[in-house]
Amino acid sequence: MSESVTLSSPTGAQYSQILSVGSYRPSNIVTNAEICTRIDSSDEWIRERSGITERRHASDSDTVVTMATAAANMAIARAGIDPSDIDMVLLATISHPYPTPSAAVEVSELIGARGAAAMDISAACAGFCYGVALANDMIRGGSAKYVVVVGVEKLTDIVNHTDRGTAFIFADGAGAAVIGPSDQPRIAPVVWGGDGSQLQAINMTASSVAFRDDPSLGYPTVTMAGQQVFRWAVTEMAKATKDALEAAGITAEQLDVFIPHQANNRITDALVRALALPESVVVARDIVTTGNTSAASIPLAMDRMLETGEAKSGDTALLIGFGAGLVYAAQVVKLP
Amino acid sequence: MSQEDVLVGFAAIINEVAGVPIDDVQLDKAFVDDLDVDSLSMVEVVMAAEDKWGVKISDDDAKNMRTVGDAVAFINANS
Ligand SMILES: CC(C)(COP(=O)(O)OP(=O)(O)OC[C@H]1O[C@@H](n2cnc3c(N)ncnc32)[C@H](O)[C@@H]1OP(=O)(O)O)[C@@H](O)C(=O)NCCC(=O)NCCS
Repeated sequence: MSESVTLSSPTGAQYSQILSVGSYRPSNIVTNAEICTRIDSSDEWIRERSGITERRHASDSDTVVTMATAAANMAIARAGIDPSDIDMVLLATISHPYPTPSAAVEVSELIGARGAAAMDISAACAGFCYGVALANDMIRGGSAKYVVVVGVEKLTDIVNHTDRGTAFIFADGAGAAVIGPSDQPRIAPVVWGGDGSQLQAINMTASSVAFRDDPSLGYPTVTMAGQQVFRWAVTEMAKATKDALEAAGITAEQLDVFIPHQANNRITDALVRALALPESVVVARDIVTTGNTSAASIPLAMDRMLETGEAKSGDTALLIGFGAGLVYAAQVVKLP
Repeated sequence: MSQEDVLVGFAAIINEVAGVPIDDVQLDKAFVDDLDVDSLSMVEVVMAAEDKWGVKISDDDAKNMRTVGDAVAFINANS
């Protein structure tokens, strides 16, 4: 009997696209000189090793939720859709201080999208690209028409400001995109994966439970084996970028823009070399004045490039996010 | 493989990774102090050398390579 019961299965839009981006940069600019009052370092060392000259630190009134809301509101206004048309809010972060409820559902309320499905994504610096991939599949699968994808971090809450290996790198901000249906392929297949044998490469000094039971451990902060991450990024991420180009059916010569996660300019340099990118490809260097904002770095860089005219609407861009896990995701998209 | 062959190949790698002129890469030159090849560039140099000569260079081995000569000798002895 049950065999004769047929369930309906929706089909969605044939393709999807990024309709708009938006961003939020905290107003507080922190120079290398200021960082060097807390760690034994120098402006020159930080510039050489990372490319960073300054970064933004959130103020007390900037939270993961307020920053995400600001970026999402900008993206929604630019997309020209009504917030009530949003079916899903995907919010990528590792620095929301509440395990529950999610930041995404709070943001959905604040942007006027009550009723939308909402969830947070924990994929560290790969989070935005994970969100774009999920949104693409949801829209094409018929479970959503418009998806807001936010990458947001207040990393200054979980960084040890006296740790030489991380204090100068990590920073705060938010970027968002509205993703909706398209009449042409404008988001190519994602190439993604993870390597759980490298859990220790970037992790926390303790769990919150361990800290509760033994406060002498100190409040949990991010620790990073910088060279291990660097080694993985310049080898495995070089492969992933090549695979993403192949999955999109294009060559490096056909790219206009390369927006890797703004982890470290030295990683970007190595990826550009490994891909043998032609000179004509514009490479995101937002890290110089923004620092490494993990899940927010790619949409922040994208928004900056569109704003300054370095990149333009319709350009073909390769995105790759990678970080703690270790996990990564890469895809080629058409810029909004 | 002669020491000279390894040096030529190694100089090409350092030139590619760190933009150091090939002729500057001599056996007595120190990576950090003479050639400005810092610890992150060394990570890339080591990976490229592992690929090219099929050697395994551990982090400790890499740390002990202060000069170009140290690296060339290691590669010669282990490949
Ligand atoms: C963090 C990072 C810049 C450190 O560079 P590194 O070359 O690995 O640094 P090391 O710890 O090996 O130290 C190299 C030297 O610099 C010194 N150093 C380390 N941190 C320093 C700092 N903040 N300022 C000044 N000097 C520093 C060390 O003491 C050491 O000096 P020595 O050779 O005289 O002993 C680098 O590993 C990195 O960026 N990795 C990638 C991380 C990343 O992108 N993460 C984000 C992923 S989402």
